[in-house]
Amino acid sequence: MIAWLRHHWQSLQYALGRFAETPFASCANIVVVGVVLALPLGAYALLSNLQFHAGSLPTEPQISIFLSTAPGRADVASLEARLRNAEGVRSVRFVPKDTALASLRRLPGLSDVIASLRENPLPDAFVVTLTSSDADVSVRLETQFRGLPGVGTVQVDSEWVRRIESLMRIARSAVLMLSLLLGLALVAVTFNTIRLQVLTQREEIEVSKLVGATDAFVRRPFFYQGVALGVAGGAIALCIVQGAMLVFKADLALLGPIFGILPVLRLLALPDSLSFLLFAGILGWLGTYLSVSRHLHTHGSL
Amino acid sequence: MTQSIISVRNVTKRYPGGLEALSGISINIEPGEFVFLTGHSGAGKSTLVRLLAAIERPSSGSVLVAGQNVSALSPRGIPFLRRNLGLIFQDQKLLLDRSVFDNVMLPLIVTGQPYRDSMRRARAALDKVGLLDREKAKPIALSGGEQQRLCIARAVVNRPSILIADEPTASLDTEYAQTITEMFHSFNQVGVTVLIATHDRERLERGRVITLSHGRITP
Repeated sequence: MIAWLRHHWQSLQYALGRFAETPFASCANIVVVGVVLALPLGAYALLSNLQFHAGSLPTEPQISIFLSTAPGRADVASLEARLRNAEGVRSVRFVPKDTALASLRRLPGLSDVIASLRENPLPDAFVVTLTSSDADVSVRLETQFRGLPGVGTVQVDSEWVRRIESLMRIARSAVLMLSLLLGLALVAVTFNTIRLQVLTQREEIEVSKLVGATDAFVRRPFFYQGVALGVAGGAIALCIVQGAMLVFKADLALLGPIFGILPVLRLLALPDSLSFLLFAGILGWLGTYLSVSRHLHTHGSL
Repeated sequence: MTQSIISVRNVTKRYPGGLEALSGISINIEPGEFVFLTGHSGAGKSTLVRLLAAIERPSSGSVLVAGQNVSALSPRGIPFLRRNLGLIFQDQKLLLDRSVFDNVMLPLIVTGQPYRDSMRRARAALDKVGLLDREKAKPIALSGGEQQRLCIARAVVNRPSILIADEPTASLDTEYAQTITEMFHSFNQVGVTVLIATHDRERLERGRVITLSHGRITP
């Protein structure tokens, strides 16, 4: 057990020693892996940000009903009752035109425009929340509401949310595919790196085997090297992505007041980062495994 | 049954292309023996050494070393067989980018010995062959005789029960070859079984001589 631990420690030192022997080539390799991994990681970070923002949008289907004429108090009450009683309606909220104008005025940039208006151009409105996001229900209610007296425009608000969701689903699949492809690239890079290392180390492997080294002994430093390559490349990728996000964040902070939105760009969280590094390490291990099982027997076996 | 430490039974080694390097030879070596394996070049000496070290397998027959059937050994068992052997090769197989000391350390590192203990044993082995003051040098800076002594130090550092050397004195002048042979005798005196393959017929004293000719043993 102690001998085993000792050997692991020696293998690690040995693998790091090999890195140090060829610092330039090793760094170049790590950067290649880092850039390759930065692409899917960046796409993932972008996607999870979009998802975060999409998640804060109302996903419950809503129908906005704008009234054509200024109704009396009694008309409002009777219309509200009819809406409430329609099948498939969860809740009904009346938004008087003054309230709507007031909420518009709060948006930066628009207050000047609104102040210049002589009268409120907005209609009174009802916001109806539906019980299900079923398209049939919203279409049926849309036509039903349009026929009600005093109703001007009827607008189904949730359509675009659903469109975003289906777009996000496509984006998720795209990120997954990108990750698979570039994960494959990482395995290939490790495979080749270790192959070259095996060729360089051929004599040493041969002599070690002649003095009684087991296959496991000979392989172990290569595994350390492959995993280190994956993890170091992963760390570079993390730095690239987090750095890029910080730059974007600064840019967005400048854009925010201009467009009246308050964008929140979230950096990758610690659990995400750690599992990413773990994943990169596993890919490095896999590349080493494939390379070592292929090349140690053709070049090092005696 | 035999108590031989090395037992070669009816071994034939045929290479692809039809060359038969060994033709049905049988050899028994007892523990503590000192044996010269001699013959013209191409007689099969090196082939026999490679069979004993499990570098190659016989085409037929069996090879037993230290109680293990080398010809039927699984790849997993080979390293543990070699740890019982001290091997000295014709082409030396030194690591030229490592120091003399590191070359001797290799068999100890490979077997996972404690580092401090290993250092002590490596220095003791270098001392025995008179290379202690050259431990930091690279093998390339050593003379031919010193390189050969380094090979011996590496072969004995693990305290093997059997020492097998393939042409250890081939490239050395007479005086130096004599020193090397004396070294083998001193290891033999402490109980190590020694097998030396050599074409040099001058120094076949104080030991059993087995002569090979065209893959067969000649009386």
